[in-house]
Amino acid sequence: MLMRVKHDLTMAEAARGAGGSRVDLIVVADMVEPGARVLDVGCGDGELLRLLETRGVDGRGIELSREGVNECVAKGLAVVQGDADTDLGDYPDDAFDFVILSQTLQATRQPRVVLEHMLRIGQHAIVSFPNFGHWRIRRQIAFGGHMPRTENLPYAWYETPNIHFCSIKDFRLLCQVSGAKIEEAVALNAWGGRMRLKMPWWFWNLFGEQAVFLLSRGR
Amino acid sequence: MAELGATLDLADRKREADHPHSLIVRFSAGSPLRLDAGIDFGPFQIAYQTYGRLNAERSNAVLVCHALTGDQHAVNDHPLTGKPGWWETLVGPGRPIDTDRYFVICPNVVGGCMGSSGPASTNPVTGMPYGLDFPVITVRDMVRAQAMLLDYLGIDSLFAVAGGSMGGMQVLQWAASYPQRVFAALPIAAATRHSAQNIAFHEVGRQAVMADPDWRGGRYFAEGTNPRRGLAVARMGAHITYLSDAALHRKFGRRFQDRDNPTFSFDADFQVESYLRHQGITFVERFDANSYLYLTRAMDYFDLAADYDGAVANAFRGTPTRFCVISFTSDWLFPTPESRAVVHALNAAGARVSFAEITTDKGHDAFLLDEPELFAIVRGFLEGAARSRGLPPARR
Repeated sequence: MLMRVKHDLTMAEAARGAGGSRVDLIVVADMVEPGARVLDVGCGDGELLRLLETRGVDGRGIELSREGVNECVAKGLAVVQGDADTDLGDYPDDAFDFVILSQTLQATRQPRVVLEHMLRIGQHAIVSFPNFGHWRIRRQIAFGGHMPRTENLPYAWYETPNIHFCSIKDFRLLCQVSGAKIEEAVALNAWGGRMRLKMPWWFWNLFGEQAVFLLSRGR
Repeated sequence: MAELGATLDLADRKREADHPHSLIVRFSAGSPLRLDAGIDFGPFQIAYQTYGRLNAERSNAVLVCHALTGDQHAVNDHPLTGKPGWWETLVGPGRPIDTDRYFVICPNVVGGCMGSSGPASTNPVTGMPYGLDFPVITVRDMVRAQAMLLDYLGIDSLFAVAGGSMGGMQVLQWAASYPQRVFAALPIAAATRHSAQNIAFHEVGRQAVMADPDWRGGRYFAEGTNPRRGLAVARMGAHITYLSDAALHRKFGRRFQDRDNPTFSFDADFQVESYLRHQGITFVERFDANSYLYLTRAMDYFDLAADYDGAVANAFRGTPTRFCVISFTSDWLFPTPESRAVVHALNAAGARVSFAEITTDKGHDAFLLDEPELFAIVRGFLEGAARSRGLPPARR
């Protein structure tokens, strides 16, 4: 069975917002309307769901690891044990306002199928992922000649759960072929901070360490 | 199996069926129980135990539903065997189902033999035990009777309904039949229908009972016999299905019972044989053979989808109830895929559902045993539900 361990967000881990939450989670949470119905796919230990709960959001979660699920349920969160690749098909159309995939896309077997399910189940999808187009990653491949390892992506190629990396540019292409409309996109820099400058996509693709996209169904 | 002839007092059991060591509510023939079999059954009675206190708002009641061979004595010593209550691990002061906080009601199911009307109860028409004249009942009938009990107690809405195995079936039926009366539902090691394999096991048990010459076509009370051998064999067979290969191996392995070598006979050479015989003997002391037939039948008939146009999701469409579904890795009687099917249906119905599979080698019976992970999940789930319900936090 495929291990679906999220990659360690060591740097973003260090970057915590006012409430003590990870900045990337705050960015995601800020995209969710208060009072919305939310499904968090790959919800881990439930940190995002907890954060959303404080904002009056009706949140549910799916998590692959048994420990994560049991931890969430024991916290009173509504979380089921399941696999993004196989279990999203069980959810009816339009069941949620937002479906979130936080730092999990690169670990799914079929990212496109997962994204399309998200946009079927929810009015909106929010996807956050590490940007494989970041200059330091490019440098490692170009000059080191090996698969990149960074503080955020610490695994060796032969043991990484992350099997479908993409750059911001790649992800925009996936949105295009999946018919997803990009409502908002945020890049986080190497320190986990929000890149506030209005910049062209190539700049974000080079300097954004992580990206968060808010999507809706295209017409 | 000479040792199966252990002494047991039939009269005690008979008395317990009519005049139990429990609270009782009696319904007259004027307010009968409408059965799925198409019969208005009455008069009838329900025996039940309560633990904790009902709050002024009547909002903290938890209904605990017992399994096939359980009864209402969840948190007190059993009046016939003197053994501790069957769910003292999970229910009680400071326990996950905290009786300092919640008002727990545990009724004996209709068809049972510990004081709710069942085949061992006296038929008012004949003055004799019903035996096979008792109507065939279903899980839905049990739940309907429990709803009448709650009406009698003046409890409009339950904070939670919890139960394992057949108790879990009742939980699901409660949520389907009375969604407005169930705030939180906790079906453990359960399923929306009894599988072919489970029906098969039950049929073996029933045939064992009926093959006992002392069963006398179900009229053993009248004829002064007791089908203890048949019921003991049924229990032995069933008990295996409640455990797991790993648990049996861990507990007994191939070890001999009080001997170093095989006796080259059919004595209980192995510990596991001795253990099963003991399970059989102790069971017949407290349980009625006909009740066993009726309750296994009720489980066999359980099929939630069949009552809702073939889709379980229809049973929960628009439900306000929040669910926590729990299964155990080594449970092969109600395996995890059965619980997953419940979760899928609840998702499809848009219900608020949690689902956890607990790692254990203890098999189906794990829900009755010391499983810290189970306790943490039940506690957390109820804690979250209590916050939403506006119940005051635990004092400790």
